[in-house]
Amino acid sequence: MQPFDTVSGSAAPFLASNIDTDVIMPKQFLKGIDRKGLDRGLFFDLRFLESGGPNPDFILNQPAWSDAAFLVVGPNFGCGSSREHAVWGLKQVGIRALIGTSFAGIFYDNCQRNGVLAIQVSEAQLEHIAGVISVAETAKISVNLPLQEIRLADGSVIAFEIDQLRKQSLLLGLDAIGTTLQRAEQIRRFESRHLSENPWL
Amino acid sequence: MNSPRTLYQKHIDSHTVCPLDDQGHVLLYIDRQVANEYTSPQAFSGMREAGRNVWRPSATLAVVDHVNPTAPVRIATMPDAGGAQQVSYFEENCRDFGIELFDVLDKRQGIEHVVAPEQGFILPGMVVAAGDSHTTTYGALGAFGFGIGTSEIEHLLASQTLVYKRLKTLRVTVNGILGTGVTSKDIIMALIQKIGASGATGYAIEFAGPAIMDLSVEARMTICNMAVEAGARGAFMAPDDKVFAYLQLKPRAPQGELWEKAVAKWRALHSDEGALFDREVTLDVNALEPMVTWGTSPDQATPVGGHVPDPAAQPDLILRQGMQRALDYMGLIPGMPLSDVVISHAFIGSCTNARIEDLRDVARVVRGKRVAAHVRAMIVPGSTLVRNQAEEEGLAQIFLDAGFEWRQSGCSMCLAMNDDVLAPGDRCASSTNRNFEGRQGAGARTHLMSPAMVAAAAITGHLTDVRSFALEA
Repeated sequence: MQPFDTVSGSAAPFLASNIDTDVIMPKQFLKGIDRKGLDRGLFFDLRFLESGGPNPDFILNQPAWSDAAFLVVGPNFGCGSSREHAVWGLKQVGIRALIGTSFAGIFYDNCQRNGVLAIQVSEAQLEHIAGVISVAETAKISVNLPLQEIRLADGSVIAFEIDQLRKQSLLLGLDAIGTTLQRAEQIRRFESRHLSENPWL
Repeated sequence: MNSPRTLYQKHIDSHTVCPLDDQGHVLLYIDRQVANEYTSPQAFSGMREAGRNVWRPSATLAVVDHVNPTAPVRIATMPDAGGAQQVSYFEENCRDFGIELFDVLDKRQGIEHVVAPEQGFILPGMVVAAGDSHTTTYGALGAFGFGIGTSEIEHLLASQTLVYKRLKTLRVTVNGILGTGVTSKDIIMALIQKIGASGATGYAIEFAGPAIMDLSVEARMTICNMAVEAGARGAFMAPDDKVFAYLQLKPRAPQGELWEKAVAKWRALHSDEGALFDREVTLDVNALEPMVTWGTSPDQATPVGGHVPDPAAQPDLILRQGMQRALDYMGLIPGMPLSDVVISHAFIGSCTNARIEDLRDVARVVRGKRVAAHVRAMIVPGSTLVRNQAEEEGLAQIFLDAGFEWRQSGCSMCLAMNDDVLAPGDRCASSTNRNFEGRQGAGARTHLMSPAMVAAAAITGHLTDVRSFALEA
């Protein structure tokens, strides 16, 4: 997994509420057995016109935000289906972190597992960030995970919270499975007791 | 003396291998996993690339459900090359890793969250994770089920555990007695409307109260299933005699002495008196009416006797914009009576509402009637066993006589990953769980409601209060 330390780039505002994973990655892109080609599917119905060309109204098609490293999103982003394809698609177009007031649970975990930082801020903070980055000239921000802060082009610095466990894993780009399997003996002991106490399992 | 615990805390405590920090993270042991063909392939590929074995193959049941066709005559050929590849890779993975598979021709095949309870694969007290958000369904059996992504599926296959953060707890107490024609679907839709699509984000919900206990086990599954549409990462109901009676006849339920021992232990699966919840919500269902959605988020719902709401009356800017966007997509005008909304399709199916009791509800409404001429009406049973039972009970003939398509089992038009897809502008009365933009097909419009309400709409051709309909019958 790609480690996340300090990342700079433009931040695109996409503030509609309840953006679900069907909108992020529509069904026709879910038919693979690998992770390939999901950059094309990301926000497909919003990014592309019926003709197949890019929709000029969509934020990621506008020059200041076309290479965005961050999305600043509305409440309950990523709700609905568990499809991890949504996060794979975000990663494939270069999104490294999301900033919003609330994320759906499964989506939030999927971000973590793919090295995409999902930052929760307050409504007032989000409003401030969105105001600054919505102007092309001040769209660039910097996210510093070790210091847990977002720096905006207007000079303001916004601190954010993150669980230390998640932070370490993102900073080091840890392989979660490898880490867990270091406890294989402990799992085996637990399992053996658990199954003997509940023999119908 | 231990302090009183909620049912959620009991489940997490009894499945904690070890705590991982002081912020609520634990290594959580998972008893069961259900796998499907579309969210699992990359997890199995990861296992292959790392040269890892599946920790406990018997803990996973694999079911083909998302991409298969549901044409009335069962065939093993998938409708497209992508789906065919997913199914064949799924078969290969199950064979190579020793996982039991119900393939599309298996007589036990069906939607994973219908099949797993039907087989007795899910029991009270279990912690269950699956690569599908509607894994919350299992709360109705007193198990704790939650949805996970593909990376977590791989973690679970490799270690039988997940790195898990404890949730906050929300108790929803449901009081009152449901009126005729009002169902558990209306309860959960009313709750989502009340607390919002993220109203339970970060929480596990425990449903309690007399109105819940009055419900059948299948009706309870509908509620737990859709709890995720309020953002809940898990839903619970304390198992009772109804649950034990439901399970006792299932193929994989423990037998004899083991059954007695299990039930004795399961009787302790309830929140202790005095256990504290982080939040409490109550809902009274005495005056509850059948619900329908008018928008593109499950919380955009209203009683069927109501009108399309007016965004201008919404003071919050983001909510107002969301409403306007939803109405534009849905092609609805503020103030219009919902009963004036004309449909083109009626769909009865999904892990939310396609069990045998749902089909009996539908049969009661449509017996001796005809689907409106302009409506295409489909019934996709939740499993092949449900389909067979409906045929034995004579329900299938009632559906066919009324002009419904009687199809094979699968997820079908709930998410339209197979060839059951609506065209732009189609408007569907649907017994499913999500009315998202494009969910049933790009540009298609979905109105969620109970199976009985879908049946009524199919007959009249427009959204209809099934209670008035029942009076006519």
